[in-house]
Amino acid sequence: MMQVRVQNVAFDFAQEAKNFASSVQDCGALVTFTGIVRNNDAGDLLALEIEHYPVMTQSALENIAGQAMEKWSLVDCLIIHRFGRLALGEPIMMVATAAPHRAAAFASADFMMDYLKSRAPFWKKEVTDAGAEWVAAKDSDEQALSRW
Amino acid sequence: MQILYFAWLRERIGLAEETVASSAETVQDLVSELRAKDPRYEAAFADTSSLRVALDQRLAHFGDPIAGVREVAFFPPMTGG
Repeated sequence: MMQVRVQNVAFDFAQEAKNFASSVQDCGALVTFTGIVRNNDAGDLLALEIEHYPVMTQSALENIAGQAMEKWSLVDCLIIHRFGRLALGEPIMMVATAAPHRAAAFASADFMMDYLKSRAPFWKKEVTDAGAEWVAAKDSDEQALSRW
Repeated sequence: MQILYFAWLRERIGLAEETVASSAETVQDLVSELRAKDPRYEAAFADTSSLRVALDQRLAHFGDPIAGVREVAFFPPMTGG
């Protein structure tokens, strides 16, 4: 059931959430999360460039979604993650989870987000007028995995 | 075997992909062979604690054996999500 999509084109998260909601049955709780391209601290971000490892990305995301399905006995889950050049304010990725109760829906969405951060082969680069700079991974992102 | 580089590692080495004939037993041995090739590799692989490796598209460790592996990918810590 679970769906994983890796794509360059933008997605409409309201529409995706609606499609996901209408595709699941016997679910009492539905959680969605969407990540958006935000400005950097200096406020001069032009775009985000996301590189990925095409042959590995799909299987890495399916692995994360599969773990969430099993660990929380989800009814269904969805991951969409984009790559390529993204403008400020565009959606980068989304996850959706469906479960009988909210605790499982929230926790599994949180779990997938933590794993997407540091176990899915994506690398972000910030593009500004001054040039382009790779985003460094945060220690806190790695540490977050120990929660699970 | 096929070797892939991503993100700043790809930029620093100046290559996205190359085919290498290697007799290395582990990822670490392969890194040593690569470092001996050229100063660009030497610099890029100076600190492997800041790098990650995947063997045939699965995350692995630098001490892992590479016998039978077809594709080795090196990259910085991932920044998805």
